[in-house]
Amino acid sequence: MSKETKVFQFTAHCIMTILSVLALIPIVLLAVSSFTDNDYLLKNGYSFFPGKLSTGAYTYLLQEGEAIARAYGISFFVTIAGTVLSIIITTLLSYPLARADLPGRNVFSFFVFFTLLFNGGLVPTYLMYTGVFGIKNSIWALIIPGLLLNAYNVLLVRSYFVTGVPTEILEAARIDGASEFATFRRIALPMAKPIVATIALFVGIAYWNDWNNGYIYLTTRTDLFSIQNLLNRMIQNIQFLTSNSAASNNIQEGLAKIPSATVRMAIAVTGILPIVIVYPFIQSNFVKGITLGGVKG
Amino acid sequence: MEKAVTKKTLVRKLSGFVPLYLMMIPGLLYLFINNYLPMTGLVVAFKNYNARKGIFGSDFVGFKNFEYLFKTSDGWVITRNTILYNFAFIVINTVLAVIVAILLSELTSKVRTRFYQSIILLPFLISSVIVSYLVFAFLSAENGFLNNTILAALGIEPVAWYNEPKYWPFILIIVSAWKSVGYSCIIYLATIIGIDRGYYEAAELEGAGKLKQIWYITLPLLKPVIILLTMLALGRIFYSDFGLFYQVPQNQGALYPTTNTIDTYVYRGLLQLGNISMSAAAGLYQSVVGFILVMGSNLLVRRLDKDSAIF
Repeated sequence: MSKETKVFQFTAHCIMTILSVLALIPIVLLAVSSFTDNDYLLKNGYSFFPGKLSTGAYTYLLQEGEAIARAYGISFFVTIAGTVLSIIITTLLSYPLARADLPGRNVFSFFVFFTLLFNGGLVPTYLMYTGVFGIKNSIWALIIPGLLLNAYNVLLVRSYFVTGVPTEILEAARIDGASEFATFRRIALPMAKPIVATIALFVGIAYWNDWNNGYIYLTTRTDLFSIQNLLNRMIQNIQFLTSNSAASNNIQEGLAKIPSATVRMAIAVTGILPIVIVYPFIQSNFVKGITLGGVKG
Repeated sequence: MEKAVTKKTLVRKLSGFVPLYLMMIPGLLYLFINNYLPMTGLVVAFKNYNARKGIFGSDFVGFKNFEYLFKTSDGWVITRNTILYNFAFIVINTVLAVIVAILLSELTSKVRTRFYQSIILLPFLISSVIVSYLVFAFLSAENGFLNNTILAALGIEPVAWYNEPKYWPFILIIVSAWKSVGYSCIIYLATIIGIDRGYYEAAELEGAGKLKQIWYITLPLLKPVIILLTMLALGRIFYSDFGLFYQVPQNQGALYPTTNTIDTYVYRGLLQLGNISMSAAAGLYQSVVGFILVMGSNLLVRRLDKDSAIF
């Protein structure tokens, strides 16, 4: 290795190490804060090296954590149900669109594709879902609007069926007497496993991270809040309480009993945790998915 | 006679496809409900919406809503913010992503390359609600890390970050880079890895150092992809990342001058101010200009590289 190459390698490692630290620092601050003593934190602020550690926030969560456990359950349910439904609908729509012999294929493809170019936007969507479909304050609000089917995924799966599943194999299955649906389920779908896994990953993360639908459609049924909605409400509520604390001593007293600053961080940690846990396993597939989608827009 | 035969074969031919059509029904129905039905609701932008009369029964007011949107400064401010932020994100995030991709591709230790890549991609997977918590830990006026540790150490007075609009362009640009550079460098990295190693070997024989190789080989070969992704991003310049602009500034009124974008404006009009017609007008304005820009950028991309165009 020449001297220049060595210097280059060293510099590159230094820069990448700094960038990696920068990427992680906010998450570390969050985690450390959640283990800080609440009084210490209120006095000295969020810190990477707190003088006094405590698991108080987590004990509080375990004791008073009914709402949190519930929100966690909702998040898991919505993520799993949403992803499964999404995959079923997406693959069922993509497969016929991949068939060159399907009459009207171009019309249907355009119908799917056009949704990527133009949309009604938030206001008409909201009015339709609440007025016509009555989705407000139901669990469907977390699953259906926006997230269930993405035209982009349909097009990705379609092109995978076109290039990755040879027509000859499908022909052979049909000659053997398999129905269209059986051919799809037993032959085409298993062959499309890589793309299905990638899309499931993206859809799953979108469901887990979604706060928008709950925020818009769940106005009274706070018991249906996902963990993201709960977190969102918490940051607003504590702020609301502290900003009005001068006016009311009672609130101040009630608030003093909750390790508010650290509990907030502890719930945020529980919100990230599932992602961080699965991340090492999904990482390479995730990168593949980005490359796949990125090359084409 | 002949006609009857062709009709019969046509029916038989189509009937063979019935299962395929049936398979498409759930997806097409969903797109119809989720995407096409709301398009008809866009007429609200031309009406004085009245919940009792409904979307189609409300009184028609023509372009009044649009006139009002641009008579107040709102229309201009949200347009300016949306475009300037996206522009800054495109420039800064692209430069950073290209630098990171080049560095990662040059590292000889593949294990460490993967390690770095995993870490800088992680922020992309975090929801904007949690990002708002992370930012809050740094910027909170009373307890924030910046005020309590950094500014205190430097002897600078604490700053009420959530009340000072002037800092937010920088804050949002940093947060956006933190969240998305790991994501956008992946495509560049994939392109660099695809470059024929022969070019580099030849350059090395000629005595070109690493920096020269990057400048004369990697960057020129990366250029088409950079242009392409930039074009596609420019096509989306009228849409903003709602989570970033709504959650991270925590919907603080004092920050609206520098954090309000078309998406947050539409949202607040609909759900906080109850000004549905105005909100719909801003939404339609976004949809129409957005459509024109997407079409325009795609046209340009098509000229450059037919395969990369969305259509």
